[in-house]
Amino acid sequence: MTDTWVDGNDLAGTLGEIFTMDVTMAQGACASCGTVSMLAEVRVYDRAPGLVARCLNCEDVVLRVVRGPDRAWLDLTGLRYLQLPMPD
Amino acid sequence: MARAAVLGRLTWRVATVAVATRESPTARTVAFDVPDWPGHLPGQHVDVRLTAADGYTTERSYSIGSAPTNGRLELTVQRIVDGEVSPYLVDVAEPGDQCELRGPVGGYFTWDPADREPVLLVAGGSGVVPLMSMIRTRAGAGSRTPFRLIYSTRTPETLIYGDELRRRHRDDHGLDVTVAYTRERPPGSTRPPGRVDAALLNEAGWPVEFGPTCYVCGPTGFVEAVANQLVDAGHAPRRVKTERFGPTGG
Repeated sequence: MTDTWVDGNDLAGTLGEIFTMDVTMAQGACASCGTVSMLAEVRVYDRAPGLVARCLNCEDVVLRVVRGPDRAWLDLTGLRYLQLPMPD
Repeated sequence: MARAAVLGRLTWRVATVAVATRESPTARTVAFDVPDWPGHLPGQHVDVRLTAADGYTTERSYSIGSAPTNGRLELTVQRIVDGEVSPYLVDVAEPGDQCELRGPVGGYFTWDPADREPVLLVAGGSGVVPLMSMIRTRAGAGSRTPFRLIYSTRTPETLIYGDELRRRHRDDHGLDVTVAYTRERPPGSTRPPGRVDAALLNEAGWPVEFGPTCYVCGPTGFVEAVANQLVDAGHAPRRVKTERFGPTGG
């Protein structure tokens, strides 16, 4: 069961409903080990009610998002920061 | 106003099935008419949402196979035995049916026709779909950027886009296509069946010194193996872009 995950690319649709930009192109720093990667590159486990993203290096949770019928929960405690590409 | 055009939240939009074309016994291309489709970049995907009569909804991500300039949005979908969305798209959907789409999404696994670096595409099974969008976009843009596709599939019967790939290999200048059959090869093929390995990547890919951008798409285990082999061969990890779609597929 080592390949039940997908890439962070899979976050794009759900996060695209919340943010006005493609957050999968943002660089995020893992709060646990400090590894910086694009959100598109993290490991995403999608066989659950929501999406759970884990650090490529230490596999700690960096982001969780659950979309309900009339709301979304977004847990970012696993990220030290997000660096977002911004249009000028 | 320009800023408003760039930034905007995604919403679900209603799409209507226009044509469905069989690609293999387990895969079909479904072309949708999507009013006000904003266009996409080759390599992007969409989320498809189905709603049952009782209100139950389920969604899955599928890569876009068509070039952005194609009038319709085409998804080529592989049936997953216990899937909730793919059996509908592969076996049931017919022209006039409607479902909801969210997208296009994903800016990471994309190719820009303005890029000049050589491109290596490595596909496992239906991982060929977003790579085909890149090949079609390249042809449509008249790009001379050299492309090489290494496409791993089980048997001649599971090959997707076979006729088009043969035609493009012949007619699209600067496109090389290598099909690696893993279980059964067609008559006349000289390569014994086998997985994509370092030797094949070396033979049918690009030398590291050419600085290619590599796109690898397929089941998670396949992408892991190929991406590791490319990095071991000396390709910079940031030049190896990956799209994994899980244990058996999207």
